[in-house]
Amino acid sequence: MKHWIRATLGVFLKDMKSELRTRYALNALIMFVIITLSMILFSFGNEIAPQFVLSGILWIIIFFAAMSGLSRTFVSEEERGTVLTLQLLTHSSSVFFGKLLLNILLSCVINTLIVVLYLLLISNFTIQTWSIFLLILLLGSLGLASGATIVAAIVAKANTKGTLYPVLAFPILLPLLIAVISGTQMAVEGASFASAGGLLQFLFSYLIVFTTLPYLLFDYIWKE
Amino acid sequence: MFWKFALGIWMTVVIILAFTLPAVPNPQVWYEIPSIPGLEEKGRIIFFHVPTAWVTFVAFLVSMSYGIQYLRKNLIDDDIRSVSAAGLGFLFCVLATITGSIWAKFNWGSFWNWDPRETSIFILLLIYGAYFALRSAIEGDEKRARLSAVYSIIAFVTVPFFIFILPRIVESLHPDPIMNPQGQLHMNLTMFIIFLSSLAGFTILFFWMWNLAVRIGKLEFIRHSEN
Repeated sequence: MKHWIRATLGVFLKDMKSELRTRYALNALIMFVIITLSMILFSFGNEIAPQFVLSGILWIIIFFAAMSGLSRTFVSEEERGTVLTLQLLTHSSSVFFGKLLLNILLSCVINTLIVVLYLLLISNFTIQTWSIFLLILLLGSLGLASGATIVAAIVAKANTKGTLYPVLAFPILLPLLIAVISGTQMAVEGASFASAGGLLQFLFSYLIVFTTLPYLLFDYIWKE
Repeated sequence: MFWKFALGIWMTVVIILAFTLPAVPNPQVWYEIPSIPGLEEKGRIIFFHVPTAWVTFVAFLVSMSYGIQYLRKNLIDDDIRSVSAAGLGFLFCVLATITGSIWAKFNWGSFWNWDPRETSIFILLLIYGAYFALRSAIEGDEKRARLSAVYSIIAFVTVPFFIFILPRIVESLHPDPIMNPQGQLHMNLTMFIIFLSSLAGFTILFFWMWNLAVRIGKLEFIRHSEN
């Protein structure tokens, strides 16, 4: 057990360190967020945007940022040719959970950045029920990371990696997206925490299912 | 051979009955079906729309089951069965979406409303599309079979979320007889019998088409692996 934890943390730290050395994904993601927000602000101009579209736009930015950034963990292994080494050195579940941890970290950091910028820059977007919003942001980021990681593992083994990734990830992440967009809208309108209960249970169950199932199936993807 | 003719006759009878039985407000005799206010004659599409949606689901289930079998046994036979089911499922999904849109236009005014059921059939379309996109992006039969089996299992798990959970949480335009809290049956008996017959006919049709597709798939595989 202790060995497994060390192996998982090892994979996580290796990916994080190599990411911090080159900063390739992080820079690309931050630029993506800035560019998208600028486009949206530009298209609004001096007008105030209607409130009911703002929740959806927030999660569009979050989703496409995830699509840009979260596939790097697996695709970079294939590109650098280190897949076989990793297969030999560690148990496949360590690889899965290590990379999942990295994607969770990346997802939480980028989503927080997006939300902070969004709250500052878009004038009509004000949260009234913070408890709902924060919980949705957390569960949504975790769920996004889980779904994105397993699809990244599948796509890394295919040929046309870039364009295939959003195509495969979207149907799987869609229940999550529908739930978080409704939930964000509820938080903006000031609904009570109790009324969001069903939605939060839904998000939580999605998270459990999409972390357990990929863990069970990962061996079939990872091992040739 | 005999049962193919039997199926043809069965479906012909079902289609004729579906269109010719008179729809009256208060059915007195067994051969009259009720005319529901708001649906009247337009409701006849239920005999075709719901079975196509049902077959889409069955096809996905079959595709996923043979995907699991492939992962367990590594026989390319199971993969051929899985792809054939997915191809037919895609066809029936398109049909369900089109019949649903037509019905939506007549009943609710517009072709598409993003009602949860409509969204779920759209998601099924996307899942099938993604499945075939994935298959075309991988070289190597075994790798392709393995990865598409994994993807179909993961995608299948999202389906209960859409079909059962979301419509309960978000408001829906779809009416009561299909999904209601008590699980009671509200349909008139004659309609129900025709509906079940149509359902059975479509299901048997699917399995027949699937059988043909599997046989073609196996022959193509033999031919392509001889090159």
